[in-house]
Amino acid sequence: MANEEMEQLVSSEYKQGFVTDIESYTLPPGLDEEVIRYISSKKKEPQWLLDWRLEAFALWKEMHDPQAWANIGYPKIDFQAISYYSAPGAKDKNAPKSLDEVDPKLLETFEKLGIPLHERAALAGVRGVAVDAVFDSVSVGTTFKKELAEAGVIFCSISEAVQDHPELVRKYLGTVVSKTDNFYAALNAAVFTDGSFVFVPKGVTCPMELSTYFRINAANTGQFERTLIICEEGAQVSYLEGCTAPMRDENQLHAAVVELVALDDAYIKYSTVQNWYPGDEEGLGGIYNFVTKRGDCRGDRSKISWTQVETGSAITWKYPSCILRGKDSVGEFYSVAVTNNFQQADTGTKMIHLGEGSRSTIISKGISAGRSNQSYRGLVKILPSAKNARNFTQCDSLLLGDKCGAHTFPYQEIGNATAQVEHEATTSKIGEDQLFYCMQRGISEEDSVNMIVNGFCKDVFQELPMEFAVEAEALLNVTLEGAVG
Amino acid sequence: MKHYAQAFDAFNKNAEDGWLKSQRIAAFARFEHLGFPTPSVEYWKYTDTKALAKREFKLATGYDQQAAAELLKAKGLKLDAHRLVFVDGLLSSELSNLEGLQDAVVIEPLSQALATELELTSGMMGRLAGIDVDVFTALNFAFVSEGVVVRVGANQKVNKPLLVTYLSTATEEVMSHPRILIAAGASSELQLIEHFIGADEAKNFTNRVVEGVMERNAKIHHTLLQQPSDKEWWVGRIQIEQKRDSRYTSHQMNLGGKLVRDDLVCDLNGEGAECDFSGLLFGRNRQHLDIHTLVNHNAPLTNSYETYKTILNDRSQGVFNSKVIVKKDSQKIHAVQNNANLLLSDQAQINAKPELEIYADDVKCAHGATTGQLDMDALFYLMARGIGEEEARGLLTLAFANEVIDKLELPEIYNLVETTVAGQLPHKIELELTQ
Repeated sequence: MANEEMEQLVSSEYKQGFVTDIESYTLPPGLDEEVIRYISSKKKEPQWLLDWRLEAFALWKEMHDPQAWANIGYPKIDFQAISYYSAPGAKDKNAPKSLDEVDPKLLETFEKLGIPLHERAALAGVRGVAVDAVFDSVSVGTTFKKELAEAGVIFCSISEAVQDHPELVRKYLGTVVSKTDNFYAALNAAVFTDGSFVFVPKGVTCPMELSTYFRINAANTGQFERTLIICEEGAQVSYLEGCTAPMRDENQLHAAVVELVALDDAYIKYSTVQNWYPGDEEGLGGIYNFVTKRGDCRGDRSKISWTQVETGSAITWKYPSCILRGKDSVGEFYSVAVTNNFQQADTGTKMIHLGEGSRSTIISKGISAGRSNQSYRGLVKILPSAKNARNFTQCDSLLLGDKCGAHTFPYQEIGNATAQVEHEATTSKIGEDQLFYCMQRGISEEDSVNMIVNGFCKDVFQELPMEFAVEAEALLNVTLEGAVG
Repeated sequence: MKHYAQAFDAFNKNAEDGWLKSQRIAAFARFEHLGFPTPSVEYWKYTDTKALAKREFKLATGYDQQAAAELLKAKGLKLDAHRLVFVDGLLSSELSNLEGLQDAVVIEPLSQALATELELTSGMMGRLAGIDVDVFTALNFAFVSEGVVVRVGANQKVNKPLLVTYLSTATEEVMSHPRILIAAGASSELQLIEHFIGADEAKNFTNRVVEGVMERNAKIHHTLLQQPSDKEWWVGRIQIEQKRDSRYTSHQMNLGGKLVRDDLVCDLNGEGAECDFSGLLFGRNRQHLDIHTLVNHNAPLTNSYETYKTILNDRSQGVFNSKVIVKKDSQKIHAVQNNANLLLSDQAQINAKPELEIYADDVKCAHGATTGQLDMDALFYLMARGIGEEEARGLLTLAFANEVIDKLELPEIYNLVETTVAGQLPHKIELELTQ
């Protein structure tokens, strides 16, 4: 490809990189008990939750940033330089009660991001998707609440859930990812500000897709959201998560915790299209995405499925996991991770088999371009109680360019003779013959590569809900623009 | 740890001042600094060696000649070869035989080489397996006094295989730290067989290091047969540097020992260099067997192949960790890692971790790891033909192992490994050997 064309493509912009100029109240940087008390009081939280936060904070202070084992590198984060709370609106203003009260600028922002918060506008689509929009530290609004309530589904921000359904939150919060789980989970437990709460009661199939859109806007802030999804016996839900942030030169921290609980025969499908700002071509700026995501298949025959498309973040560090406790429970993990420029990703999954006859599938596709580095790190652990457990893992890496890296670190810990575990991995570049075949039929090099890469990711994309699959494919093409030459 | 310090003082006190003494002191300081690794070190995640720190291993001062000769006769390899025999770490000149070597080939005990050709030997020692490589390598360096030096001149094919046998006969806790140094000249060829045999009562701690530099187009065929007693501790490291077009083949047959940790590292530093590893871990009772391999593709057009099989019974534990690193600009690489594990008991545990770290794009790297039980269809097939279930299971298990055993070329070794495996299966098989 000609050099000019290349340059043009490389400079293609991160389209979600704009900043919304909106009045907001942001706590000054720094972290101490006062900050935690402030967050808690701002959200009118009960005493037990404040105690829980403070306990987590005390534990966090004893812990160390776990840099040593992951295959990533970043300068030490100064946790006192980050602001832990930022909300649109003036300091004393109360949160809007309905979508009509929300600052039009905010609605406009989400409109611009392709997330219409007006229910009428959303309805114009083929099928409704209920959205919870989180802007910095607070939830802006949740759509279709009424329709969902009719079906018995609770879908709201976690702050509202703490007010309206404290018993449910108290029963499940921290039972999958304990506050001592790891450094960032402890930090999140101490300072989490918002996130989504989903509760699907017994026997209910959620009538529409639920979705949360996370947006970081304010400078110098971290986003610490907490999502909790509970499916009772026989319930089903499909949940989507999207995220973007403006382009800034400094790195911003995003340390979320997601907990899923599936009881008997429940099915939770969790999809993520992660498009945080990845930093510029020089590797300057971008989001540090240090997230703990874990699903607990507590019930027999329960199923949790993770699908993720990772295109953004300067550094991605996350391992959506499944604890397969129930008999015949099923865990799935489908992932496409794309890194370009100076991005780093250490991602994968953990499948912990405890239940008899539990099964898990892992399909991971990694694409590295530019000077990026990407690792798949996965654990398959089969305990002696998991008779006849079954796992299939496939992780393939595609390298575009000779300055990037692709690594695979699969851990298999098997303590049961009836287990059947398979792991396959390949690493290669795009086949010259494939490329030749496409180009010979008059398809440009860029399009050919996109086509081949899309084909490479097909196994994962077909797991995504329709709306996301289209977005994911488009995102992939944007991220890889300029990577081919 | 105190006992190691005492043993080291006693060992090094009377040594002559000079290069070796200062190296040993540095090595021991390194060892003391690091201590025995525990699972908190990622590289030792599944193998805990801190029990070694509590033991009071001593260096052997002598051995029972007759017992050694009998053990060798009973369990040793019957092979036409250049032989070197070490008993509890000490050289047995009576049992060794190096007659008939070509002029351009030097094979001598390390103690002799250190005494007569210090300069040449010191240039070979620690070059690849220096004190910084690993704590056990440092410990080896601190106590090293015996081993083998092999120098094969250019274009020489060593006329017979070199068989190094290590016998463990002591009834008390004895440690040994042998080291083998190899310099394989351009286009030379060497077949090295190492055989570790333990008497039933032996509780030795063996910590062996091999360092080999292969010049262009050199070939080394390395077979490691491990049959220590089930009370022995065994730690080993092989470090190979390969230049252009050289080829290193390794067969690791881990059939015994209480705790075994085996590290195999190849640096492929020249275009066209190739290494081919295969191995069998066969664990019973409470054995803990750990194999780590590392291949550094430092040059373009280099290939590596690995095939490892694990069979674990009773409460045994197996660890398989292989790593392939492809450096930046090492293009046109082909690397394959294959690992299959068979668990015969519910108490057995396997931890497998085949890793790839790749910094170049024009590569073809693949790995596969599977764990499972015997194929029920195959079992049914055999039983439908009138073979009892026990025997059928035995046959299938042996067939599983055979994929790596078949790679052993010398019939003496092949027969030894196959009969050992067949004789120790839960469903015993009597093999009729064909010579």
